[in-house]
Amino acid sequence: MYTQSFSVPDEGDKQAALKTVPKPQSAAEAELQKRFDERIDADGRIEPRDWMPEAYRKTLVRQISQHAHSEIVGMLPEGNWISRAPSLKRKAILIAKVQDEGGHGLYLYSAAETLGTSRDQMLDGLHSGKAKYSSIFNYPTLSWADMGVIGWLVDGAAIMNQIPLCRCSYGPYARAMVRVCKEESFHQRQGYEALLVMMKGSQAQREMVQDAVNRYWWKCLAMFGPPDADSPNSAQGTRWGIKRISNDDLRQKFVDATVPQAEVLGVSLPDPDLKWNEARGHYDYGAIDWDEFWQVVNGHGPMNRERLATRVKAHDDGAWVRDAAVAHADKQKQRALKSAA
Amino acid sequence: MSNAQPALKDWPLWEVFVRSKQGLEHKHCGSLHASDAAHALQMARDVYTRRQEGVSIWVMPSHLIAASDPDDKDQLFDPASDKIYRHPTFYEIPEEVGHM
Repeated sequence: MYTQSFSVPDEGDKQAALKTVPKPQSAAEAELQKRFDERIDADGRIEPRDWMPEAYRKTLVRQISQHAHSEIVGMLPEGNWISRAPSLKRKAILIAKVQDEGGHGLYLYSAAETLGTSRDQMLDGLHSGKAKYSSIFNYPTLSWADMGVIGWLVDGAAIMNQIPLCRCSYGPYARAMVRVCKEESFHQRQGYEALLVMMKGSQAQREMVQDAVNRYWWKCLAMFGPPDADSPNSAQGTRWGIKRISNDDLRQKFVDATVPQAEVLGVSLPDPDLKWNEARGHYDYGAIDWDEFWQVVNGHGPMNRERLATRVKAHDDGAWVRDAAVAHADKQKQRALKSAA
Repeated sequence: MSNAQPALKDWPLWEVFVRSKQGLEHKHCGSLHASDAAHALQMARDVYTRRQEGVSIWVMPSHLIAASDPDDKDQLFDPASDKIYRHPTFYEIPEEVGHM
């Protein structure tokens, strides 16, 4: 599903960055750094036990864990609609999709753990509000059409982001993304098809789809992150082979792919400046409201509190299940020991 | 904000291997946390085989895997690179012999 394709510091990271002065490298470290750089330059892959610069490790831990959190929180806006899906078929599809998102979160947490962080540390980061996740989930899902639009546009944008990540220089992350991308196509297609069905329905249903598109379009464009000129961290990510395509290029690809899909669907995209530019061979589009975007990233979106509270409650309510599993495992172990004796 | 106790501290890490179809080997596909082996198998089924990706699953505690050190890569594997006589293409066989 969904990552913000840019590196936002988690709360607290900024101050920490100011305090730490990089230590001068020893000769041995310089040699390791040289070998690392050569491997990156040759488009090679880095595996968990290979030497890597501390900043590379930190950047990946942050990016992969933010990505994992996004998958986990991403279950919430859709989970809202499971009990209200319009048919048994749509309900089964939605449950499968939400289960996939949970699975994607688990693949990604595992990938991050290979870098030396722990699941508990990451979950604490999420639950304490310190760690970021994709801001798109801090908006409400007001109608059934939102489920279709999230599949079509939000997952569509996520696919654009994630396909280049399958070639990321860090092996476990790249492999997790291959798995995720395989499943993502189902998410987008089921969403688009659900909208097609609604567009063949009543006038009220068509208006519902248009309303959902109007509410989500600009937020999806913002998902690709600030313009290249305002993304100082992008250059380092590109240097490390973590980021393969720039925010603006990905955004353009998404717009170009989506406009014809909107035409087939019969909805308009809410941008008066959206038009084909023959000279560029791309669609031009209007200005994105970055102030709103940063508001939401910084915790002031309409649903930030509610999403986090729901997530923390689910985790707390599940504590007895985790404890019971451990108690059961202990009991089984004791029993095995006894019968062996 | 959260007053929850640590989540998975007591659930060890397991490596998961899946046989995609009868006749093929089990291949490593990822890892997960679970309380014991039976639980790990159940979790692996949900996390890694939601779309008929497998017909059989192995799980093993991650800490039991012994791995070679990446720094030993050269001494372990380089000595094989100058032994090209270990490959069939090293030997020239007259064409009239046909496929061998």
